Amino acid sequence: MTDAEIAILLLSLKVSAVAILAAAPIAFAVAWLLARVQFTGKLLLDAFIHLPLVVPPVVTGWMLLILFGPQGPIGGMLERLFGVTLMFRWSGAALAAAVMAFPLMVRAMRLSIEAVDVRLENAARTLGASRWRVLASVTLPLCLPGMAAGLILGFARSLGEFGATISFVSNIAGETRTLPLAIYSQLQVPEGEAQVTRLALISIALSLCALLASEILVRRSGAKRGVHVL
Amino acid sequence: MSFDISVRKKLGALDLDIRFQSDAGLTAIAGPSGCGKTSLLNMVAGLLRPDEGHIVVGDEILFDSARHIAVAVERRSAGYVFQDGRLFPHMRVRDNLLYAVQLEAGDRHEQGALSDISSFLGIDHLFDRWPATLSGGEVQRVAIGRALLSQPRFLLMDEPLGALDTMRRDEIMAMIERIRDEMGLPILYVSHDPSEIGRLSDNIISIS
Repeated sequence: MTDAEIAILLLSLKVSAVAILAAAPIAFAVAWLLARVQFTGKLLLDAFIHLPLVVPPVVTGWMLLILFGPQGPIGGMLERLFGVTLMFRWSGAALAAAVMAFPLMVRAMRLSIEAVDVRLENAARTLGASRWRVLASVTLPLCLPGMAAGLILGFARSLGEFGATISFVSNIAGETRTLPLAIYSQLQVPEGEAQVTRLALISIALSLCALLASEILVRRSGAKRGVHVL
Repeated sequence: MSFDISVRKKLGALDLDIRFQSDAGLTAIAGPSGCGKTSLLNMVAGLLRPDEGHIVVGDEILFDSARHIAVAVERRSAGYVFQDGRLFPHMRVRDNLLYAVQLEAGDRHEQGALSDISSFLGIDHLFDRWPATLSGGEVQRVAIGRALLSQPRFLLMDEPLGALDTMRRDEIMAMIERIRDEMGLPILYVSHDPSEIGRLSDNIISIS
């Protein structure tokens, strides 16, 4: 790989890793809420979370622009309070990737939480464990394989994020030009085919690794504990 | 007074209305399956909330709808032995047994209790095993040990012999008799088997 390709690859990995690590606790909280708590407006929350999955990514990017742009309610506040700008920055690309991967992560996590037997959680409570303690000592360890699979799935999804990213943070070399955006750029260049092929192969290899890692993780932890979550 | 219970609860088509008081060590709850025996235990444990009534164990009010008292599950100190054991599959037997103990600080003090109770139940040799590798009788003995080690104020037993063959039943029943006679804990014991109940208690509450 050339230096330029390595730089693109590292940027992609950084954007996706930050996106997933930042989104994971929120995704878990939402997944737990959807799996274990009954409340009014649950259906609405569920639908809202799934929006990025069905809305055109360009629309998601446009909404991020409105909310997180310098003039936007959240973007303006971040700028005033912390001097942080997300627009045209890699951190903005991470935000876009996180939003787009969020529904997939919540889905996988919710399924793995629902697969944990409520009766085991009840048994823990009769033994004196608070709700938090039950979550940490029973629910979380039992849904860990599914949780890891959800994270890697979200990671793979965010590596491929294009539409929301290019609408929100544009296509800036070295800052927001992740793998898909770099491929797009090369497609615009005459005789860029060779470069496109190389970047596309890197992209495919990366996604394949992520999927394999997810599968191996699930099998390994599932077999060791005799718990099959997926 | 061990148990003073008066609860009403509507569960689908079932309209539960159970009232009794008992002094005896082991109070047996009898009745056909599906009549609400397990629901009664769940209400005493705090896993199910009665529509109205009161639940008093010893001198502690666990639930009283008129006075708006409902003690949280984790504060009731109920030693609940479930029909299916419900051991935590991701913990070895030792960690299952010590689950309640590890919630408290300083578990060194409890090592004595662990060895006492596990030798009483004959489960010392199982400490390093995973629950998935235990036989039905072993699961039930570990489940009883886990409940006893939580320093319960009373025991709830939901058909603890339900999943066992005849030989294992005798073995576990002898243990329950010893718990009844030696530990002095009030016990609510649910079963649909009249012979089992007849052997364990002469204080029988029938639910129909």
